[in-house]
Amino acid sequence: MAIQILFFFFAACAAGSALAMITRRNPVACAMWLIGTFFSVAAIYTLLGAFFIGIIQILVYAGAIMILFLFVIMLLNLGNDYEDDIRGTGWKIMAGGAGLLITAFLGRVFAGETPMPLGREAGPAALAGAQARDGVVGLIAMPLYTDYMVPLQFTAILLLVAVVGAVVLAKRKV
Amino acid sequence: MDQIPLSYSLGLSALLFGIGVAGVIVRRNAIVLFMCVELMLNAVNLAFVALSPYAGLEGQVFVFFVIAVAAAEASIGLAIVIAVFRSRGSINIDDMRTMKH
Repeated sequence: MAIQILFFFFAACAAGSALAMITRRNPVACAMWLIGTFFSVAAIYTLLGAFFIGIIQILVYAGAIMILFLFVIMLLNLGNDYEDDIRGTGWKIMAGGAGLLITAFLGRVFAGETPMPLGREAGPAALAGAQARDGVVGLIAMPLYTDYMVPLQFTAILLLVAVVGAVVLAKRKV
Repeated sequence: MDQIPLSYSLGLSALLFGIGVAGVIVRRNAIVLFMCVELMLNAVNLAFVALSPYAGLEGQVFVFFVIAVAAAEASIGLAIVIAVFRSRGSINIDDMRTMKH
């Protein structure tokens, strides 16, 4: 029962921070609320048994990516003289409608009785068993460096291209 | 052993994705739009992690690839934002309409 109470607490934190993120006008406040969402989602990963993903979420998302966002916000000096960037009432109604529609649609898809490859009864016990066998990191590392070797190399090339592209784009003159 | 039902975490994932979509529609600031896209990617990651014990434990490997692609997307996107700000002095997406007509 305690784990469900914790889940509802962190789910409320995640949803509340996300709502605050899209309604605050100051971009720095948006970034801070988004970091709160990332931390709550990391806690939920941990509750779901994905400990390594939870740590990576904090290190990479909250640590690296959001620092990049905050760095650009401060570089462009958007924290002080930001303009009001939230659209008018018609757009707000449309955004709320689209958000509700997509949430309802995804909820309906997720609630459907889709067949599960490991079976509906596999559940966290299977995850705990695999973690006991391979270790928390090994559970991810073994398939990553065997079955998914080629996608891993392509990801490396993608990151290299992204680094070079970011430098070329952000430089004043190439 | 008490555990979190699958429908709870998938529902939270759907809710976060919906909030991200609403944010993309309602905001004009390009940087905040990127943050909303990151929120949607996070919702997808949550669905991957929640489904992984039921649909194959490789789901957690795909979260890794999603995080790597998100990092690449954020760096390229923010570089484009800096380039646009340098040429126009604004990152309001309503000001970017060179290709509208």
